[in-house]
Amino acid sequence: MEFSLQNSIVNFLQQCANGLEIGSFYALIALGYSLVYGVLRLINFAHGDVFMVGAYLGFFISTALLAPEGMSGLSPIATLILAIPLTMIFTSLLGVSLERVAYRPLMRKGAHRLYVVITALMCGLILQNGNVALLGASHSAFPELVPVVVYDVWGVNINNVMLFIVITAVLVFLALHFIVSRTRMGMAMRAVSWDKFALPLMGIPLNKVIVFTFVLGSAVAGLGGFLHGMSYPVLEQDMGASIGWKAFIAAVVGGIGEVRGAFVGAFLLAFVETMVNAFLPSTYSDLFAFSILLLILWHRPTGIFGRPLTAKI
Amino acid sequence: MLKSVCVSALLCMAAVSGGALAAEKIKIGFPIPLTGEIPKVGESSKYAAELFREEINAKGGLQVGDKKYPLEFIYENNESKPDAAVNVTLKLITRDNVLAIIGPQSSRQAVPAGGVANNNETPMITPWSTNPEATKNRPWVFRAAFLDDFQAPVAANFAAKQFKAKKAAVFFEVSNDYSKGLADSFKGVWEKQHGKGSVVAFESHGPRDHNFSAQLTKIIAAKPDFIFLPENYNFVALIVPQARRLGYKGQFMGSDAWGSAELMKLCRSACRGLFFSTHYAAAGAQGATKEFIDKYNKKYGYVPDDVAALTWDAVALVTGAIQQVGALDNDTRKMRKAIRDNLATVKEFKGITGNMRFDEQGDPIKCAVIVEIDQKGDFTFKESVCP
Repeated sequence: MEFSLQNSIVNFLQQCANGLEIGSFYALIALGYSLVYGVLRLINFAHGDVFMVGAYLGFFISTALLAPEGMSGLSPIATLILAIPLTMIFTSLLGVSLERVAYRPLMRKGAHRLYVVITALMCGLILQNGNVALLGASHSAFPELVPVVVYDVWGVNINNVMLFIVITAVLVFLALHFIVSRTRMGMAMRAVSWDKFALPLMGIPLNKVIVFTFVLGSAVAGLGGFLHGMSYPVLEQDMGASIGWKAFIAAVVGGIGEVRGAFVGAFLLAFVETMVNAFLPSTYSDLFAFSILLLILWHRPTGIFGRPLTAKI
Repeated sequence: MLKSVCVSALLCMAAVSGGALAAEKIKIGFPIPLTGEIPKVGESSKYAAELFREEINAKGGLQVGDKKYPLEFIYENNESKPDAAVNVTLKLITRDNVLAIIGPQSSRQAVPAGGVANNNETPMITPWSTNPEATKNRPWVFRAAFLDDFQAPVAANFAAKQFKAKKAAVFFEVSNDYSKGLADSFKGVWEKQHGKGSVVAFESHGPRDHNFSAQLTKIIAAKPDFIFLPENYNFVALIVPQARRLGYKGQFMGSDAWGSAELMKLCRSACRGLFFSTHYAAAGAQGATKEFIDKYNKKYGYVPDDVAALTWDAVALVTGAIQQVGALDNDTRKMRKAIRDNLATVKEFKGITGNMRFDEQGDPIKCAVIVEIDQKGDFTFKESVCP
């Protein structure tokens, strides 16, 4: 009896570790959703596909840098160190161009936010299908940059890639939280969400703030895509769709527009999902997981950290 | 000059049609996809059939009773489309008066074409179709490939013997009919053999999932002797490494959806040493199968795929059934009936994709091939396992 009790504790801790890993990916995407919403009051539905493009960019960059067998090039670790910032830079360029090409012209013409949201959905589809047209429907394999080392901690299996991902997600959250709450730029971002029309009158460059927001959000999504590729090396063109939706839900449950909300919501969703899978038949996992989230939203319609605001979409 | 050409052409035509009437040749029709989505399938079928025909005709023809008749194979293009498959099958039956139909290959064409063959009382073997509908309640239609579900007992028998397994776990994709169907029938078979509760975990995942750690932790905690994984290869490449990271050291057993060249590109070293069941394996084949592969490879310059091997077996089945009739009859309807009856009562056919006979639905009862992924990552023949 004691033996089986110990087993269940080990299993529970293992499931917690699993939840942490899944939550980290949700967090890296949800943070971008929340940042853009916080500033522009725009749900950027292309964000999941920006994440997907990040994974593919990471794949191309690291394959290009990495030394093929017997050829000259970088070692796997050097590739990793170089490829992550490069992926983030290119992904943020993509995010900024989306804003410039698709969202800004509409906003400038005074289009209702609903149209911009639909445009964002379309941009996501364009990214997905563009990728299919470019690369074909076959799967790509992300190169192995770090050999996986498994640590057995009192029966709980943890590996180096997983630790790296969780630590990265926490650091990214702390950095974003610091930027938004403690820096001048962060103050400007908060100001934009407060009153977009009064801001230019105060001498704050509105467009610069918006571009900065897209840079931050997309770079974090690109980082998430890269880490996703490292952890799950099978790349597919529609990989951003499902995880993007879930991250969006996580952001809403946490209170969209709030950096803390996105982070907490992501881990909450991941834990609910993992625990439902662990203790109930996995066939119904999403059904139960999202019903639980629905109950939370019933109780707090604006999410855990959210404040009631008028005119949301 | 022109006149004489016309006259000789007419004479030739008369000779050809006269020959057909006198049953000098044995005609078999192939409604296969020579163009469209899957032209490679059509090519394989035609190449395998031609190889067979040339071999028999080089010996003077097919021995039926005390006489030898040359084989005439008519290839019609079904364009990988259901409607075209129906048209060309009808054409082969009514205009070309073939004794039997071999094809179409994929279920989308074989299901409607099978209806045509059945209604016109012409025996048909589809070498490659795995959809039950193609042969269901159609006494004239047979197939050479086993049905999807059939792999469940094969996997169960092999795993019980190879891994000395008593407890099995199953992990499958809930929204994929192939995966779910196979998982369900495996569970039934395993529990029948090893008692209730011998499937210690039965877990599933969704079509877009990448992280399976919650389900895998649950599976590993149930301490199975092996995990049955009837999954598409892209999921296999994610699931196997993740299970290893969670500390699982046991074996996996797969199904024919693993057999893609992309599997090893995605899965790398993690999938080495694992097993899966399939129709046919080129590497490590022995006996008649190896002979066929060598002949095909020599003539066409590449290793034949499962379509080619199954087509070869289908041709051998039909010609065997014709030989069994004993004498060629001028009455095509009577011949067709005799061929069908012989096919339905085949005792034991030794094919290159395994020994087989047909059940009452015209589906083969045959042995599957178990493939081992060796340390170089090649799919090699391990053994043939019967249900």
